[in-house]
Amino acid sequence: MFEAIAFYLFSFLTITMFFITVTTSQALYALTALAAGMIFISAFFFILGADFLGAIQIVVYSGAVMALYAFGMMFFDTTREVKEKNGNKYIVSGLSILAAVLVVVIFAAPMVTDNVTALYPMVEGAGNTQEVGMVLFTKYLIPFEVAAVMLLVAMIAGIVLAGKKMDLSITLMNSAEIRHAKEEKSKRILS
Amino acid sequence: MMEIGLNHYLVLSTILFAIGLIGVMRRTNLLLLFFATEILLNSVNIAFAAISHFYGDLTGQMFAFFVIAIAASEVAVGLGLLIVWHKRHNNIDLEHMSTMKG
Repeated sequence: MFEAIAFYLFSFLTITMFFITVTTSQALYALTALAAGMIFISAFFFILGADFLGAIQIVVYSGAVMALYAFGMMFFDTTREVKEKNGNKYIVSGLSILAAVLVVVIFAAPMVTDNVTALYPMVEGAGNTQEVGMVLFTKYLIPFEVAAVMLLVAMIAGIVLAGKKMDLSITLMNSAEIRHAKEEKSKRILS
Repeated sequence: MMEIGLNHYLVLSTILFAIGLIGVMRRTNLLLLFFATEILLNSVNIAFAAISHFYGDLTGQMFAFFVIAIAASEVAVGLGLLIVWHKRHNNIDLEHMSTMKG
């Protein structure tokens, strides 16, 4: 009963928020609606008993990703109205519905055959976080490490791409060169 | 009606996926295109968690974790590239990125 109420309430809220995200013409509204939708999605994870996943969803999406987007929006001109692509509406909606039906088929295909067995069944008497730890650090250890390397590569790429003057190293320059670089910078700002 | 099964979650996931696809197709601003991509990834996460719950298997949750990790790194690299592009060309619309069009 309460599960049904929570499910319908949060599905309504999530769909509304994501609909606002894709239809609004203000980038700031899109950002806030997306953040709200991410938090509402974590409610589904809590309903489904995946507590750790829900906590990760809140921390990573509404914490890290949204902060990164908000930081990125400071670089861009977000106050003006966003232009929309005026394509053929029927083609766009037809393709969307086709792709969505395809997703349902993909998810329903193993269930129709009805021979799905649990590969790593839930352990009795252990919390969700404990179960996740047990599976993640035994069966999925190598993907976990690869994901760690991938995050490191992404971090370095982000720093190098967004950083300024990455070719200069202040620790390798003497004071005269640093003063020279500073003067050039101020000259460029004044001119 | 009152009993929430796996199909309810799959339908919700599909609706969210369709919303994300519509966003991908009608946006021209690259930042808002990234938002639509996040919606796509999240809708798939819901389906993974639901299947994991209703079949008593933890593999779905593991996949959801890796999807979240990939989304985080995608945002980091994508925003870095976007900042570089914005510095050079002073806008981030898709129509100005057609220099490689055949």
